[in-house]
Amino acid sequence: MKRQLILEDGSFFVGEAFGSLKDTTGEVVFNTGMTGYQEILTDPSYCGQIVTMTYPLIGNYGINRDDFEAIRPYVHGFIVKEACVKPSNWRGEMTLDDYLKEKDIPGLAGIDTRKLTRLIRQYGTLKGMICGLDVHPAEAAAHLRAMEWPRDQVRRVSTKSAYPSPGRGERVVLIDFGMKHGILRELNKRHCDVIVLPYNATVEEVLSWHPDGVMLSNGPGDPKDVPEAIDMIRGILGKVPLFGICLGHQLFALACGANTEKLKFGHRGSNHPVKDLRTGKVAITAQNHGYAVTHESLAGTRLEVTHVALNDGTVEGLRHLDFPAFTVQYHPEASPGPEDANPLFDEFLALIREFNKKGEVIHA
Amino acid sequence: MPKRRDIETILVIGSGPIVIGQAAEFDYAGTQACLALKEEGYKVILVNSNPATIMTDTEIADKVYMEPLTLEFVARIIRKERPDAILPTLGGQTGLNLAVELAKAGVLEECGVEILGTKLEAIEKAEDREQFRALMNELGEPVPESAIIHSLEEAYAFVEQIGYPVIVRPAFTLGGTGGGICTNEQELIDIVSTGLKMSPVHQCLLERSIAGYKEIEYEVMRDANDNAIVVCNMENIDPVGIHTGDSIVVAPSQTLSDREYQLLRNASLNIIRALGIEGGCNVQLALDPDSFRYYVIEVNPRVSRSSALASKATGYPIAKLAAKIAIGLTLDEMINPVTGKTYACFEPALDYVVTKIPRFPFDKFESANRRLGTQMKATGEVMAIGRTFEESLLKAVRSLEIGVHHLALKEADTATDDVIEKRIRKAGDERLFYIAEALRRGVTVDTLHEWSQIDRFFLHKIETIIEMETVLKNRPGDLDALRKAKALGFSDAAVAALWNKTERDIYALRRQEGIVPVYKMVDTCAAEFTSETPYYYSTYEEENESIVTETPSVIVLGSGPIRIGQGIEFDYATVHCVWAIKQAGYEAIIINNNPETVSTDFSTSDKLYFEPLTAEDVMHVIDLEKPVGVIVQFGGQTAINLAAELEARGVRLLGTTLEDLDRAEDRDKFEQALSELGIPKPAGKTAVSVEEAVAIAEEIGYPVLVRPSYVLGGRAMEIVYNREELLHYMEHAVRVNPQHPVLVDRYITGKEVEVDAISDGETVVIPGIMEHIERAGVHSGDSIAVYPPQTLSAEVIDQIADDTIRLARGLRIVGLLNIQFVVSGSDVYVLEVNPRSSRTVPFLSKITGVPMANLATKAILGAKLAEMGYETGVRPVRPGVYVKVPVFSFAKLRNVDISLGPEMKSTGEVIGKDVTFEKALYKGLVASGIHIQPHGAVLLTVADKDKEEAVELARRFADIGYQLLATNGTAETLKAAGIPVTVVNKIHSASPNILDVIRQGKAQVVINTLTKGKQPESDGFRIRREAVENGIPCLTSLDTARAMLQVLESMTFSTTAMTEGLVRS
Repeated sequence: MKRQLILEDGSFFVGEAFGSLKDTTGEVVFNTGMTGYQEILTDPSYCGQIVTMTYPLIGNYGINRDDFEAIRPYVHGFIVKEACVKPSNWRGEMTLDDYLKEKDIPGLAGIDTRKLTRLIRQYGTLKGMICGLDVHPAEAAAHLRAMEWPRDQVRRVSTKSAYPSPGRGERVVLIDFGMKHGILRELNKRHCDVIVLPYNATVEEVLSWHPDGVMLSNGPGDPKDVPEAIDMIRGILGKVPLFGICLGHQLFALACGANTEKLKFGHRGSNHPVKDLRTGKVAITAQNHGYAVTHESLAGTRLEVTHVALNDGTVEGLRHLDFPAFTVQYHPEASPGPEDANPLFDEFLALIREFNKKGEVIHA
Repeated sequence: MPKRRDIETILVIGSGPIVIGQAAEFDYAGTQACLALKEEGYKVILVNSNPATIMTDTEIADKVYMEPLTLEFVARIIRKERPDAILPTLGGQTGLNLAVELAKAGVLEECGVEILGTKLEAIEKAEDREQFRALMNELGEPVPESAIIHSLEEAYAFVEQIGYPVIVRPAFTLGGTGGGICTNEQELIDIVSTGLKMSPVHQCLLERSIAGYKEIEYEVMRDANDNAIVVCNMENIDPVGIHTGDSIVVAPSQTLSDREYQLLRNASLNIIRALGIEGGCNVQLALDPDSFRYYVIEVNPRVSRSSALASKATGYPIAKLAAKIAIGLTLDEMINPVTGKTYACFEPALDYVVTKIPRFPFDKFESANRRLGTQMKATGEVMAIGRTFEESLLKAVRSLEIGVHHLALKEADTATDDVIEKRIRKAGDERLFYIAEALRRGVTVDTLHEWSQIDRFFLHKIETIIEMETVLKNRPGDLDALRKAKALGFSDAAVAALWNKTERDIYALRRQEGIVPVYKMVDTCAAEFTSETPYYYSTYEEENESIVTETPSVIVLGSGPIRIGQGIEFDYATVHCVWAIKQAGYEAIIINNNPETVSTDFSTSDKLYFEPLTAEDVMHVIDLEKPVGVIVQFGGQTAINLAAELEARGVRLLGTTLEDLDRAEDRDKFEQALSELGIPKPAGKTAVSVEEAVAIAEEIGYPVLVRPSYVLGGRAMEIVYNREELLHYMEHAVRVNPQHPVLVDRYITGKEVEVDAISDGETVVIPGIMEHIERAGVHSGDSIAVYPPQTLSAEVIDQIADDTIRLARGLRIVGLLNIQFVVSGSDVYVLEVNPRSSRTVPFLSKITGVPMANLATKAILGAKLAEMGYETGVRPVRPGVYVKVPVFSFAKLRNVDISLGPEMKSTGEVIGKDVTFEKALYKGLVASGIHIQPHGAVLLTVADKDKEEAVELARRFADIGYQLLATNGTAETLKAAGIPVTVVNKIHSASPNILDVIRQGKAQVVINTLTKGKQPESDGFRIRREAVENGIPCLTSLDTARAMLQVLESMTFSTTAMTEGLVRS
């Protein structure tokens, strides 16, 4: 069945529908990863967005039971050049089409995704709509331009109540702003005793778990839409070691007095080089962010830039000069993407241990 | 890290001649590397014995040595030039091995030369089986378990540990004879028992069999700061068991989930870090299709064929950056040359599918074993890019130039079901076509998977193509179906066949309906950043990215895949043509499909279209670009073959006109032209039936040379000595009919001479004349050519020059032409004229200093040679002697007869240059891989017709102290002539027979000439094969033998006793 993608600038792309046939709107973004569509589909950071894959053949290895990054997908639509009808992989259990149908997410295939990508690159991320051919592009575009974006994505994707993921190691409180399972997996792999809390957990709630460390997860949208989290971070800073990823990194920066801005079309993919300014080494990282911490806003804060994007210089990592806290804009948990930055979780644990040792000295 | 200032001069080692497994990719890598080093301000010294390369142009390096790539000669260069460092990782296995030899011989230490890029230790760790296994175990990277066993009991013990299937490889047997895969106990007993028996040391290697695993490659790079990245990963459609060079390969991997992708990425980076490689590296892995289990198969600690493919597949110039890493730069401080904005330290994102298909030489070697396995057999490859897998596959298929434009092969279409199953189970070069045919006959994907173990993903994609055929068939004229078919990569010819229309009908229909392709850019980043790389591919989508500029443009057609008869020489000329077009102020646009070459480096031309070289695909580019014209002279027969169709579609050909091309290529017109010009040629005529051929042969007299018209590299050409042989030939070698005539010519025994000339229609410049060592009858590409001629009289040379000038003017050549003459006594005959660039253009350009392709291009674009300072006639002879020696890849092609004849068999060439003929030839022979032993034994077994001539040669061998061995017949003749000779038993006689003599290394040279009809052909064949497989030079032409003897004589001293009486008198 033919359906179309209409963009706020009035351009439209007619393609073949797959997945759900409902109409949808969202911010249209592109991801350049060549593998990992299942993880991307289920990454809650894409909440409210329509994701285009730049690699043309998607769904080749089907959908398996293992590679979900959340219980359910929050993406608003999925656009590909070709959605594989007959996937092949030993873990594959269903097709991409089956999965999107099951989760009621509209898909659009068969469009010139490179043209769309180039459009986004030139224009910046656009609002878009996947709908039937009966919708008039100009009218829909006007409607899209007038549309206000929801600002409650984090609330929508965060856990409603606290839950544990037990281990015998360090107690880590993980604040779920739209957490990818990969973060939990990495902590559990290191035997952490994890307590996952909702995004609006208060300072008291966090500290009541007597955490050895606090982890700030990734999540969707504009960090400024989550002021309660910023307050909470300010309250625990210095009391407990902190590690933030993606939205967690941005919230941390805001809490410390820095500012964030929206990028033209963001960083989404599995090939982003990030330079560690302390070692001079480059890691290839998985990224998914539409906002970034601005360099200028760091002046006057007690934050130090530890990592920058090699290509555009975006702030990719921060460290607090006085307190045990560091954050990165990219995804050390990978899934999908390269695992070069995975040792950051070990650094976090090392920081926790060091802090605890100092603590012992103080207590003594 | 800044680049190193403590080194100034760097020696780069090239890869030598083109052989199977080492082709044009190293010219591409080497050229990039030399230019990169020069760009950074280093003085570059290059050594390579292959004259047909761009890298040996004097503009590429500061000093170019065209000398043999042997310890002896390279040590000499090092001692003379005293470079600070040596870069060995860009010259293939040859370069790497040579560096190891130089180090082991102490030359590098003696001269204080540092190895750049990858340290010797790392090379050895990667190359030495035991060290490699030890390192992998240390890293925890799995390698297939293996054990060396001496008995069946030990074999049992091993299998008990790891289970079936296992591979048995007997130690020290040729080509692994006696080995195999065992899947059960009975097979284990059988194969191990035979294996142990066949192994001279009674020993076998048992290894876990991973046949059927997915074969995945990662191209990785690392710098001195330990930054490591993956440039590209690739998936072989053919599972483990077939050499990756012989496999159909796609990039990126298609069937790997992200977890699998990252698992293998981590392993690859782990390995390159452990080896400490500074530069590029290729890691081959095997992944179980049913679990996360994987094995490391092989690591190449250098730039390779796969890295050339990865460079073209992604746009990321691996060799260039590897060279810069070698001198200390790091990935994060180098700009990605494709985007010009972002850094080289990133991993390219593709937004298209790349397919590579190997090109095999089996059209030339019909007797060769076409079964594919672990020994590479392909001579070249094609690559295609598409936005669907099907498009990329079908574009690659029609790039192959094997007479197919779709997944349809006559042999497969007519094969029985049994044959089809067999061809799919046992992979040969045409398996893809048999799979397509099986699908047409309703065989299911599951069955095909069981037969081939090819992943279902790929089989389903092929099935999509077959299903599209049915749709087209059922809906003739349906535009929607046509649109879909084009998006799946169907050629107009394929659609036309299904719709009973002509190719041009479909083309016209599409143009009318606006079903035309757009061009997308290869930009390394999936459009995330703006790029200005002028590297494009076609696809059927909406947005066209190839912007036509105001500058008038000229399109050059490349020469497609490397094959026997059309090698790197044509890419050399193509590249020079492109450069000349740029110099002349036009925009130079190239269309080609060979990923190994310099011509498909996007920095060579102003615009590169990576496309099949078919009329349809070329026309699409022309429709968009509207060039001033198209140049077809430099792309070998590939481009010439397109000339007529392009002109018929209204394209302007530049240079020699189609009509004149035809006058040189069409037999009858050519004869007419010759007789008008009064230039003699051997008597001959064209036959369109068997009867006619016989009549012509009787009329002109045997022996006659027979061949189909319009051929490349003397394909299916033969000398026949009588009617029976002629009939046999007509029946077996050709299909003769009015569309496919056969040429029958008088065979003249004489010296063959080759000339290349440049003409603008008035001035005809002859840079030089080359004399062949082997008499006419041996294909010019397989002959040793000498410049300047050594035995031709001034009159003959004048005659040749005069004929050349008259032919060039008479045929109204504008551009290049190549003429082959045969000289018998003082008579000069024209054998053939090629109105295009030839195999000898690079050789002759280099030794005479005349930039032939450049001048020709400028003449084609309208410049006058006289204005460029050239005048008609032969250029003054340059000092020195230069020989071009052919190089063969026979060791890799089993069952191929190595005897020289009218059909070309060599894959590459080397140059030998020095002050005398003997010294030059010595170098040429050594560079071609022949070991010249100043003493030893020569084994003679020659045909009756050659015996008289052999006596003279034998005597001279005896004079320099060589021992003579001969089979009975030859020995009788020698004895009768009073030459001491040891008789060697014939093949079927008791041991030690002739094969034993060869195997045991008791002969240093074998001279064997072909007997027609008499001695069973298989005997001679087996002798020749035995020599090849034991690495002993086997000469099948007495002319080659005589030349080699001349070298030996110049190296040794004859010992002659004093003549009695002289003192007394």
